[in-house]
Amino acid sequence: MRITVDQDACIGSGQCVLSSPEVFDQRDADGVVVLLQDSPEPGLREDVHEAARICPALAITLTPP
Amino acid sequence: MTDVLPEMPMFPMARATGCPFDPSPELSRRLGQAPVSRVRLWDGSTPWLVTRYADVRALLADPRVSVDVAQPGFPHTNAVSKARDAHMKTLMQMDAPEHIAQRRILTSDFMIRRMEALRPRIQRIVDDLIDEMLAGPNPVDLVEAFALPVPSLVICELLGAPYTARDLFQRVSRTLVMDEPDPEQAMAASEELNAYLEELVDKKNAEPGDDVFSRLAVEQYRTGAMTRREIATAGQLLLVAGHDTTATMIALGTTALLAHPDQLSAVRDGGDPALVANAAEELLRYLSITHTEARRVAREDLEIGGRLIRRGDGIIVVKSIANRDPSAFPDPDTLDVHRRARHHVAFGFGAHQCLGQSLARVELQVVYGTLYRRIPTLALAVPLEQLTFKENAVFYGVRELPVTW
Ligand code: HEM
Ligand code: SF4
Repeated sequence: MRITVDQDACIGSGQCVLSSPEVFDQRDADGVVVLLQDSPEPGLREDVHEAARICPALAITLTPP
Repeated sequence: MTDVLPEMPMFPMARATGCPFDPSPELSRRLGQAPVSRVRLWDGSTPWLVTRYADVRALLADPRVSVDVAQPGFPHTNAVSKARDAHMKTLMQMDAPEHIAQRRILTSDFMIRRMEALRPRIQRIVDDLIDEMLAGPNPVDLVEAFALPVPSLVICELLGAPYTARDLFQRVSRTLVMDEPDPEQAMAASEELNAYLEELVDKKNAEPGDDVFSRLAVEQYRTGAMTRREIATAGQLLLVAGHDTTATMIALGTTALLAHPDQLSAVRDGGDPALVANAAEELLRYLSITHTEARRVAREDLEIGGRLIRRGDGIIVVKSIANRDPSAFPDPDTLDVHRRARHHVAFGFGAHQCLGQSLARVELQVVYGTLYRRIPTLALAVPLEQLTFKENAVFYGVRELPVTW
């Protein structure tokens, strides 16, 4: 799984950080998403899927490796 | 055939008597029978009503859908919201790209990390209020003694407003969200609050502290990026949006748990913060307190749920019904604090999803995780049937909640 995030679309809701804090974080200055890792280990994938599904700005895209 | 839906019913629709936690049955029936259909509003306008979970998410994230309240088709909630929208533009009334630029000025102050850092302080506020309540009269109205002061204290501290301003905030936000609002009174109250907040900008500019208003004064006002008025308007939005919402969730959430003792004991006796957090999400879903729903207007023709919505048509996006859609939440009318509910739309969806959600989550988690544990014998002081609910207010809640222990 590869993750990409669209920082221009992100509205800083923090939903992804709540779902998967190992993978997503927010910039201090404006709360915009930052990716901590883009190909998470299998154990984190369920949380990442939840993050992508819940993101209100549809800013998280998951693609096969 | 009692099941036939009237061609164009009035919205909002009454809830069934004796079911204070469920949405109107007539509204619920639309989900199965006419998921995208027209209704009639107080001013005679006939916007679309969109009810399915998938349609609600799709619409709220669709750039062809606008929050521009100046469009003639925009479905206003009532005369007050219409008058207020005409004279005050907050980020709730802005579309992209203006919206995101404005929102990003505030997002960092409401980020999860910052809100988690506030948790010990919020815990302290909640514990102190419970101490005061236990030392005071029994029975007591939980709304006045606890549900309102928690978010008032928290938001005043966060914004950097003295707690003495709390009476003003409560009076103004009540005027703005009450049952039978009076437009002139609401405008006057809103003006009074704005004047107060403009003065606060000056004070913070002269003597900055560690709070949202100080930061806005220094980073935005001093640099000329925002006027005092614009900062006051943002402050008013945060106060009104962050105050009655959380208070309503505390009081109505407690009412719902008291009416479902098995759920209450799971929350109280589990000693599990993850379960308390889950219960908060489930209560947000189940109660969907923003029952005036999300209001939008179509910027272009668009198709949703097989219906064509024309450019300029108003749309009411019914989150409360989407949150009871069995395709997203099995057995949706059951309150189940163990279910996975975090994909609910109680905070909205799309670019306008609640800015204060991380704050609301921490407040609700602290409250639900503390109140029943510290007062295990908490009970209604009157029968449930005697409680009255704010049927027509902006947020659906319980008017008074007499409790005993
Ligand atoms: C349990 C409590 C809360 C609920 C249920 C709630 C619900 C909502 C909903 C449904 C929206 C979206 C409205 C729409 O799409 O038209 C929203 C937006 C907003 N909320 Fe909350 N809210 C809560 C607490 C708070 C708190 C504590 C704050 C702030 C301090 C806050 C600040 C805002 C702001 C500023 C917006 C506008 C965001 C934008 O337009 O980009 N809310 N809220
Ligand atoms: S969930 Fe989406 S909008 Fe929210 S912070 Fe993450 S990427 Fe941004």
